[in-house]
Amino acid sequence: MHSNAEPEIQRKIKKQIIMKKDIILAGVGGQGILSIAAAIGLAAVESGLYLKQAEVHGMSQRGGDVQSHLRLSDKEIFSDLIPRGRADMIISVEPMESLRYLPMLSEDGWLITNTKPFINISNYPSLESIISEIESLPQKIYLDADEIAVRLKSPKSANMVVLGAASPYLDIDFEKLEYAIKLLFGRKGEEVVNANINSLKAGREYADKQISKAKEQTTDV
Amino acid sequence: MQKVLLLGDEAIAQGGIDAGMSGIFAYPGTPSTEITEYVISSREAKERGIKACWTANEKTAMEAALGMSYAGKRAMTCMKHVGLNVAADPFINSAITGANGGFIIVAADDPSMHSSQNEQDSRFFGKFAFIPILEPSNQQEAYDMVFYGFDFSEKYGIPVLIRITTRLAHSRAGVTRNESRQQNNIKQPANLRQFVLLPSIARKQYKDLLNKQKYFEEESENSPFNKYYEGEDKTKGIITTGIAYNYLMENFQDTKLPYPLLKISQYPVPVKMIKKLYDECDTIYVIEEGFPVVEELLRGILDNGKKISGRMDGGLPRDGELNPNSVARLLGMKAKDGREIPSVVTPRPPSLCIGCPHTDSVLALKEAISEYGKDRVFSDIGCYTLSALPPYEMINSCVDMGASITMAKGAYEAGIVPSVAVIGDSTFTHSGIAGLLDAVKDKSNITVFILDNETTAMTGGQPSAASGRLEDICKGIGVESEHIKIINPLKRNHEENVKIIKEELNYDGVSVIIPRRECIVTQSQKFREKSKSK
Repeated sequence: MHSNAEPEIQRKIKKQIIMKKDIILAGVGGQGILSIAAAIGLAAVESGLYLKQAEVHGMSQRGGDVQSHLRLSDKEIFSDLIPRGRADMIISVEPMESLRYLPMLSEDGWLITNTKPFINISNYPSLESIISEIESLPQKIYLDADEIAVRLKSPKSANMVVLGAASPYLDIDFEKLEYAIKLLFGRKGEEVVNANINSLKAGREYADKQISKAKEQTTDV
Repeated sequence: MQKVLLLGDEAIAQGGIDAGMSGIFAYPGTPSTEITEYVISSREAKERGIKACWTANEKTAMEAALGMSYAGKRAMTCMKHVGLNVAADPFINSAITGANGGFIIVAADDPSMHSSQNEQDSRFFGKFAFIPILEPSNQQEAYDMVFYGFDFSEKYGIPVLIRITTRLAHSRAGVTRNESRQQNNIKQPANLRQFVLLPSIARKQYKDLLNKQKYFEEESENSPFNKYYEGEDKTKGIITTGIAYNYLMENFQDTKLPYPLLKISQYPVPVKMIKKLYDECDTIYVIEEGFPVVEELLRGILDNGKKISGRMDGGLPRDGELNPNSVARLLGMKAKDGREIPSVVTPRPPSLCIGCPHTDSVLALKEAISEYGKDRVFSDIGCYTLSALPPYEMINSCVDMGASITMAKGAYEAGIVPSVAVIGDSTFTHSGIAGLLDAVKDKSNITVFILDNETTAMTGGQPSAASGRLEDICKGIGVESEHIKIINPLKRNHEENVKIIKEELNYDGVSVIIPRRECIVTQSQKFREKSKSK
């Protein structure tokens, strides 16, 4: 019992001190960033946190760049917008769009992005140049979420793969995210729920592997 | 009561449902659309028999809501800021008639023009009409203000304007609901002349309105939404209006705000509170989302008092939306700039969807008009406005709802022959019909494209008022039947469509071409719903 109690206390203390997550969600209109926002939002409410989430509606939804400011905290939140240079994370379902919001990211913030480009403009830059910008950041996880989702036979749930990859840094219990997905997609039937949860898990697995790889590298040095 | 997560728009809608509203009337427009959408899809609203109606335009919405207020019931109308221009006539006059049942007008402004042609500030309109304005700073206030606004409206027999901006309209937060209130019973005005604005009556009513101003001012001084926070450091005194309060407080999360602060969310401005702040502080900072409405009042034309800083002296940007960083800079605080956007990032403007019927219509027009030049194509507001951008670059105007037909007529009268208008089906019924009637009356040589995608697409697929009746409307106002052409905008019909368009461009009179194919987005939504129900 004792061994279980201690991390619980630590968790509580940790939560009291630092539970503030400012997240920029990025993508192209129609790519499903609002589903990611809704899943995190439901999980946050389930965890008893305050939440503010600013969305983009209207003209930009027609294939333009879209973003959402998602703020979680255990204290009252004032601004609907995250201040520049203060976001803890950028979660993006499109690689070039992940970079559009770099002015928002704090020095030690995480960038988690899908690498599958969404090309609906004629002057889309080369993927290599985008990846090299992403690689130059101190804290990042990037993955081809579309490929993973296709492999899992649910190509439409690439956004949940990305959410899974971001989940280690959210400070929200993974089970709460699963619960949120059940609530969110419940209406569409069990099959859709399971497909989305499998995608979430696959994204998480990818991130965990990256994290342990990075740890090995630092211990090697 | 438990908290629910609501957009600012939804908080207003839920507020209406809970505060005994009997009906809501609106034409969709970003960022106001979700208010009415929420009521339409609310089960509670249905159970309570609340009427939720999409109307032909904002003017008809405003008038219908006024009619419901006449009947003694609580009514709401909501619109985007430029929609209030369309409804300005009944809006201003409703201040003179006054309300009977509670009457709330919601205007959703769009600073930074995320989805609009301008960033006008509806507080000017409220002041112009001499009516009280409520400007919520967060979703909870938005909800609470609907209760407060309806009560206020009935107490003084006056319409009340709730002014929000995009950021609140489209941002979600937890809202605690109140106990719901019964709807009013029908009760016609005690004085049946109240709504008859004949000059002799209007003069009297207008005097009454002017006399009410002192009560509105008093209400503002005592409003739960206007708060004075004392502060020890009086070198600075700060006034915020609406959501500007949030951007200020965001900068004082770790330290207490040391300066006196006046948070304004109800107008007319609380003069005594402003005087107190002015008297006790050295420099006054005014932080407003939108135009410098309060700042301008405070400065006056002489601006010879204490130093005031805000949007008018460059302390804050003169245009565009505020954010926590711009407010920090105003107060001389350090604000992070973050990294720069890497140069590989290219702009990604919105575009017509793949498979959009407008694409085929525009491409057919582009080819058909090439012999005259595309510099004679006028348009207005809808998804098809995007055909101004590459690769189409087809249209040369986007001013207001309906202006395509009337501007094309004016250009024809100037000598541009033929002259072309491109308008959507919903925009046509909103404000295009009267202009077409003008053209028919004068036998103007214009070709009008009514792009019929059978929905109001840009705002998310609300029903279009004249679906299935467009030809009849055109015929009814006198367009000759043989010059009303229905085409199917598909790639495989391109050649045939070009031929038809050329013929009509050559016709010396009013032609209407209706390219008809359902919006690809609503079509696939319907398809998904159908396959799910199977």
